[in-house]
Amino acid sequence: MQSVKQRVEEQPQAAEKQEEYLLQVSNLRTWFELKRFGLFHAGYVKALDGVSFNLKYGDTITVVGESGSGKTTLLRTILGLAQSTGGEMIFAGKKIDKRKDLSWLHRQVGFVQQDPYGALPPFMTIRQILREPMIINGVPKEEQERRVREVLEEVRLLPVDDFLNKYPHMLSGGQQQRVVIARAIVLNPKLIVADEPVSMLDASMRVEILELMRKIQEDHGMSVIYITHDLSSVRYFSEYVFIMYAAKLVEKTDVESVVKNPLHPYTQVLLNAIPDPDPDNVHRFKEVPPGEPPSLINPPTGCRFHPRCHRFIEGLCDVEEPPAFEPRPGHFVECWLYK
Amino acid sequence: MTKDSTANATATSTPDAVAANRPLLKVEDLYLYFGTSFGQVRAVEGVSFELAPGRSLAIIGESGCGKTSLTRGILRLLPQNVSKFTGRVYLNGLDVMQLSDEQFRKQIRWINMSLVPQAALNSLNPVVKVGQQVIEPLLIHDQATKEEAMERAKEVFRIVGIPEAFLDRYPFELSGGMRQRAIIAMALVANPVLIVLDEPTSALDVLTQANIMNALKKIKQDLQLTYILITHDVAISSELADEVLCMYAGQVVEHSSAYRFYREPLHPYAQKLMASVPSLREEKQPDFITGQPPSLFNPPKGCRFAERCHKRFERCDEEPPLFAVGEDLVRCWLYERS
Repeated sequence: MQSVKQRVEEQPQAAEKQEEYLLQVSNLRTWFELKRFGLFHAGYVKALDGVSFNLKYGDTITVVGESGSGKTTLLRTILGLAQSTGGEMIFAGKKIDKRKDLSWLHRQVGFVQQDPYGALPPFMTIRQILREPMIINGVPKEEQERRVREVLEEVRLLPVDDFLNKYPHMLSGGQQQRVVIARAIVLNPKLIVADEPVSMLDASMRVEILELMRKIQEDHGMSVIYITHDLSSVRYFSEYVFIMYAAKLVEKTDVESVVKNPLHPYTQVLLNAIPDPDPDNVHRFKEVPPGEPPSLINPPTGCRFHPRCHRFIEGLCDVEEPPAFEPRPGHFVECWLYK
Repeated sequence: MTKDSTANATATSTPDAVAANRPLLKVEDLYLYFGTSFGQVRAVEGVSFELAPGRSLAIIGESGCGKTSLTRGILRLLPQNVSKFTGRVYLNGLDVMQLSDEQFRKQIRWINMSLVPQAALNSLNPVVKVGQQVIEPLLIHDQATKEEAMERAKEVFRIVGIPEAFLDRYPFELSGGMRQRAIIAMALVANPVLIVLDEPTSALDVLTQANIMNALKKIKQDLQLTYILITHDVAISSELADEVLCMYAGQVVEHSSAYRFYREPLHPYAQKLMASVPSLREEKQPDFITGQPPSLFNPPKGCRFAERCHKRFERCDEEPPLFAVGEDLVRCWLYERS
């Protein structure tokens, strides 16, 4: 295990522990170009438009948003799988801007995919799947087998020998997701990014997997960026929540404040829409804002939520884009109401 | 033949069924096994329940507990490898299991019972306009001419809340929520009395989910429909359920009113399931159920949940029947005396 760690850390001189932040993202932008016609093109899909945040060592962040809000693009940009078109990303004190930085970055970041069955190659055994990242990164052979067992124990696929030679289809959904988590931590990354890791699992198993990820995160002091559309699972998993709407982070704060005192009108309606199991629900209608999230090709001017907002201020919200205000320390919200 | 005359025909064919509080749907001892190369999968074993008109029943349970198979059995939408399919299903007093497949198709499916399938988002044909797909059931059942059917389609689109203009579009031009509504419109078009909703909102965002649930509630109020809602999401099920049927490993373990089920469920499995629901507003640590549900090839003798149960005792080696607790039913030895 030691040597894996060394290997991961030997290259960048910049990875100094005294850095406060593991990941600093400022004004990050990822625009995808639409079809080109000669010199002209039809515009951009602004999937990520001016996103900034800082992630401390050992912290967990949850990004909550609807589908199409850009949360997966955020994650892909952090992983370098999508090319950012603007802004800055500093990982462990090192600025990530060239392609060659990416191979270094990939060793520091583990990825937990959404659909475990799709993420695991069906023709490889669990042992092969877990060794693959180590082979690519040149971990010595003796080391590999030991590490495979170690991570399987860690994700509690016990007894380990029962699983080593199995193929993914022989495992249940929850077990497959554990293998995906094991693969993400096999190189001992500093950061884990998880894209809806439990959305494909049964409700009774979700909490178990989230608790497992939480434990691994705490044991190793890793940082985690967790993406979900399910706000109700958030408070069991992370300290900070970012609410994403139409390619922007509209509210950034800790879990308690979001649940007890949401500030952005969008966060408020989102929280309202989440059902609790209550037999009286049958007799109540939920308040839902009209319309649908805007197109990211041509987002509304000003605040992107204003066409659906019930507290919209004419002449301000539809004209000028709100910057991030900080009405309470540590609670950032992009809304003119808090000017 | 219109829906009303079918309903009348079914009513007159069974004179003993009294109109007032006769159940709309009555399922008796339904068994559904599938044959595979590894043996028999006992997907549904001896399920019985009644559903009164205008009520909605939520069927909940983990994946693989047989909830989808049960409703596929009721609708007779079965794959070819069925090895055992017995029991009785009464719709409005008519034993539909006695009907031939062709009679069932002509008289029952979509006319009296319709389905909103799982992954409804992907069940629309991408190369056919939405309107054409919505009117298809009417044309196939010779219920209307094309013009009349189009009128009806406009009507159901109004009911589910999609602008009429969307009838002329292709599915890819509709958002996820719209497509879901279009599928619901399709289920409504032939004016059925019972709609089976199989995970109607599982692929949708929270806000869209709330929107669809609002639409379904309103439709139920306005049209006096009966719903069967299948879901593994307990919180969502409470939005529509009047009563809850909880399934485990092919069997019904609890059938209670929504008030009982969401407040104080009886069966230990239902209790654990309720405890595993993460809650946003309450301060509680969600629980989880250890272990895996048993294999349906060879389910354990005795209570099927015993292995994972926290209240297990000697009696559990024997298979429990359904005990009545007040109005409700529970399959657990703990309630033997009550």
